[in-house]
Amino acid sequence: MNAPTADTMRALPKRRWKRPIGKETLPGYIFISPWLIGFLLLTAWPIGQSLFLSFNEYSMLSAPQWIGTANYERMWSDATFWKSLRVTFTFVLFAVPLRLAFSLLVAMLLNRAMRGMNLYRTLIYFPSLIGGSVAVAALWRNMFGVDGYINSILGFFGIQGMGWISHPDTALYTLILLNTWQFGSTMVIFLAGLKQIPSELYEAASVDGAGPVRKFFNVTLPMLSPVMFFNLVLTVINSFQMFTAAFIITKGGPVQSTYMYALFLYEKAFKHYQMGYASALAWVLLAIVAVLTAINFLASKYWVFYENEGGGKR
Amino acid sequence: MRLRASSVLNHAFMIAFSFIMIYPVIWWVGASLKKTEELRLPTIWPETPMWSNYTEGWHFSANYTFGHFFANTLLMEVGNVVGGVLTAAVVAFGFARLNFPLRGFWFSIMMLTLMLPGQVTIVPQYILYNTFGFVDSYVPLVLPHFFGGGAFFIFLLVQFIRGIPKDLDEAAKIDGASVYGIFGRIIFPLIKPALVTVGIFTFIWSWDDFFSQMLYLSSVDKFTVGLALRMFIDQFEVQWGQLLAMSLLSIMPSVLIFFFAQKHFVEGIATTGLKG
Repeated sequence: MNAPTADTMRALPKRRWKRPIGKETLPGYIFISPWLIGFLLLTAWPIGQSLFLSFNEYSMLSAPQWIGTANYERMWSDATFWKSLRVTFTFVLFAVPLRLAFSLLVAMLLNRAMRGMNLYRTLIYFPSLIGGSVAVAALWRNMFGVDGYINSILGFFGIQGMGWISHPDTALYTLILLNTWQFGSTMVIFLAGLKQIPSELYEAASVDGAGPVRKFFNVTLPMLSPVMFFNLVLTVINSFQMFTAAFIITKGGPVQSTYMYALFLYEKAFKHYQMGYASALAWVLLAIVAVLTAINFLASKYWVFYENEGGGKR
Repeated sequence: MRLRASSVLNHAFMIAFSFIMIYPVIWWVGASLKKTEELRLPTIWPETPMWSNYTEGWHFSANYTFGHFFANTLLMEVGNVVGGVLTAAVVAFGFARLNFPLRGFWFSIMMLTLMLPGQVTIVPQYILYNTFGFVDSYVPLVLPHFFGGGAFFIFLLVQFIRGIPKDLDEAAKIDGASVYGIFGRIIFPLIKPALVTVGIFTFIWSWDDFFSQMLYLSSVDKFTVGLALRMFIDQFEVQWGQLLAMSLLSIMPSVLIFFFAQKHFVEGIATTGLKG
């Protein structure tokens, strides 16, 4: 099992044989220095700075001014904050399960031995390749517009079309659909996981008289649960940061129905230059994501199955 | 006989499914040649192809052609890919093969950064780049790639290097090679297939990284293709045919790379990239 799971993410294996300590210390640090310098400069320091700024008022024009927890208190009475939070949670609630289920389904379709499978893989993966670009956002905006071809197809089936993107009740769902259409990276990880399930398990299940449904629930799902967990954690985190599509296709509208949290934060920071408030917003986002990830990790004890559990180190 | 029937059914299903998934893209190709009135139709080929969508779209901006924006983006990409591939290889070798104090700690920290929402660092990063006068230049876009190319790629390469037998390192060591020699002459050549994957994904992801480009580039002269498209969309009256034509052109570099290096995507990631 070598797909990236929480297990492999924890640490590297212990050193295999003893060596005089210190001999590789300098080369080791030289080799990792590009990452280490980048981490300190562009991640560690900014994190601290961001926390500091969240307690300040700062517009980049004058020095930061300490205002205590005022930025955080301000959120309570900021209707836009709650609105964007609600939009984002709705998005995550729909987008994550849809994307995971769809990716798994496609991965299972593509994991079969079949002539021409490479071609099918290419075709099906293709939309994900270009998914996050401005170009696809433009395409989506046209397809789901009042005069888009989606409405023509619906009209053919006698369904009255509408401006899917310009209507506050449906705009968010067009973004969720776009997100599902870009399932590729999640699917590829599922595919890697599926390939590592030993075929003997399926053979044994067949001998015991299990049909495809039971095989799925009793072999595929448990064996895939570490990969599922990895995908779940990352998809949740990424969905909270959804930006480009909401920015290009709907601009957060209509009537803020797609005003994603990342969009709100961006506008506070770089349109209104309220850097302090934006930093506080970022820390609230971090707290939400951290809590959800922690819940995911805690819950994983009950449903994630590790093959080597209790069976010693690999 | 039964086998053949089910196989035909299987293929029919896969073809139908692939078709539905790829249909918006096929439609897109036709739509780029359509008149505005025809865009509402789900049909693919227009009655009379409007090649002018391409020629006029290419010149939509008064002062620059799309070629200018392509050149800008490619220039940025050269830096990103070179920086990402080289430094990711170096860092991954350090984590995978060398023993040094706090190695596990740093590795865990690196994996944690994968989960860190970018919003937490973006404001101070912007202030930092602004302090050094790098805003409205390619530095904020290219420089991060020279710091290991991103945690995901380092992780991918660490997994790959761990799959290379240590006997090779040991043999080289007996022949008197230093760690630098082992890296340069043994590991680096062996991880080339994985480095191709890193290069490809760096290219495509930074091509589509609209957020940073928008944040850091403000003068039209320096715009990337993505920013140019955004400018196009935000025009008062959008010429959809032209916009779709230019959008289609803008994904061509990624598409070409995808088809030339196809096995590195689905197969490569699935079977070599993540295999330890």
